[in-house]
Amino acid sequence: MQNVKIVVTGPFNAGKTQFIRSISEIDVVNTERKITSKSEQVKAQTTVAMDFGRITIDDELVLYIFGTPGQRRFDFMWEILSEGMLGFVVMVDSTRAETFRETRRILETFRAYAPTPYIVAANKQDLDNAWEIDDLRVALRLNDGVKLLPCIANDKETVKKILIELLYSILELMD
Amino acid sequence: MALKGNLSDFPIIQILNLINLAKKSGGLLIQISGKGSIIHFQNGKLVCAQYADEDNNLVAILYRKKKISRKQSELIRKKAGKITDKQLGLMLVNSGYLSQVLILQCLKDYYLSVVRRYLTETKGTFEFISTLEPPPDRIPVRMGLENVIIEGTRQLHESEVLKDEIPSLEMAAKFKKQTGVDIQKLQLSVQEWKVVKFITPKNSFKQIAHANNMNDLEIRRVILTLLQAGVIEMVRSADAPKMDVSTAIPNTSKQEQRSIINRLINRLKTA
Repeated sequence: MQNVKIVVTGPFNAGKTQFIRSISEIDVVNTERKITSKSEQVKAQTTVAMDFGRITIDDELVLYIFGTPGQRRFDFMWEILSEGMLGFVVMVDSTRAETFRETRRILETFRAYAPTPYIVAANKQDLDNAWEIDDLRVALRLNDGVKLLPCIANDKETVKKILIELLYSILELMD
Repeated sequence: MALKGNLSDFPIIQILNLINLAKKSGGLLIQISGKGSIIHFQNGKLVCAQYADEDNNLVAILYRKKKISRKQSELIRKKAGKITDKQLGLMLVNSGYLSQVLILQCLKDYYLSVVRRYLTETKGTFEFISTLEPPPDRIPVRMGLENVIIEGTRQLHESEVLKDEIPSLEMAAKFKKQTGVDIQKLQLSVQEWKVVKFITPKNSFKQIAHANNMNDLEIRRVILTLLQAGVIEMVRSADAPKMDVSTAIPNTSKQEQRSIINRLINRLKTA
C-alpha cells in the first residue's frame, strides 16, 4: 500500500480543520482542546497537535491529509508534520487582515523547510467582509506564479479544486 | 545558585535587567556557536567586555576607532612592550596625544558594542560568575545599563517582527520582473545598496549578510524594506535542495510517480 501526504497549514482559525473534514472519508482524527487564552476565544476549541484525514484512492494508494495546529506555541510540530509531504496548502482567513502577517510567516517557514509545491487557499470567501483575491495576493506578497484560489472550507467542491490544483502543480514540476 | 541558562529561554535583555536591578558584580559568560565572550559588571554597572577572541586591549580599540593610525599602533606595540592599558592610557594623556575623556569614551563605545552584538541573540548559553573579575590590565569604566536595556528591548521587538516576515535566512531573493521600478532611481542607504548588489537566487540572505558584515537583524531589515517596496521577491536559494518527488513517494520510478499523481487527481474529481 502506497501512502502519500499533503499538509494543510495556516494561522489560527483559518479553517484548516474544517477543510480536512470536508474531504476526508473518515471522521477527522483531531486533537482539539478548549481554548484557554481570552484573546483567542473566537472559537471554543483548537487543534493542539494535528488533524488527520484520509482519502482512499484505490486498493494500492491512500492520501493522508495532515492539518497543522494554528497556535504559535505548537509551531515546533510543523517541521515534523512536513517531512515526506507531496505539497502543502496554506489557508488564510480572508476576513481577518490581522492574520495576514502570520500567514506570510507560516508560508515562508514552510517554503524554507521543503521545496515542495504549495497553493494558498483564501478561505471564507463567501463572507461579505472577505478581501478580494487580487488584494490578498498583494497583502500576502505572493508573486504571480503562486496559485491563490478562493475557498469555502465547508464546501467540498472548493476543497477538491484546491487539492487538484496542488496536484497539477506537482505534475508540472515533474515535467 | 548558578545564574545560567539558554538565551532562547532568557534573552540578554532580561539578564542585563537582572544584573542592573540586583546590582550584581561578576562576569557574564556568553557562548554562541563555539565563540565565548565575557562582560564584566560591578554593582550592576558595565565595566569591561571582551568579544570572543577579538583584541580588546587599548591599542586595538583606539586603532579601530581611528584615534591612532596603523603605524602608530604597531609602534606602540613594538616600543611599549607588555605595558598595561592603564599605563598606556597614562602615557597617551601625559604626552598630550589623547585626552582622558576621549580614551574613556572609546572604551565605553567598544564595551557597549560588545553588549549590543548580543541584544537580539536567542541561540547560545550564558553563565554569570560572581567571582569573575575584570582583567587587572584593562581600564574599567562604569556605565549604567538602563539605556542599553531600553535600546535592546526596542531591538528585540523589532527583531521579532522581522523574524516573522523573514523566518529563514537560508532563503534568497530575485528582482521582480515588470515592477515598473527603476532600481537606479531608488533612494537607498549605502547598506541597502550593498545588499542590492548581491541579490540573486545564488546568494542566500545569510551569505549576503556575511559578505557585508551584517548581523541577522540588519540583513532582515534591509530585505524587508526591499520586499515591501516590491523590488524583490523571496525564492529558495539556488543551492537549496530541489523538489524530489521520491522523498514523498519513495521506491518508485518517475513514471510510477506520475501515475500516482494522476490517480490522485482522478479520484478527487469524482469524490
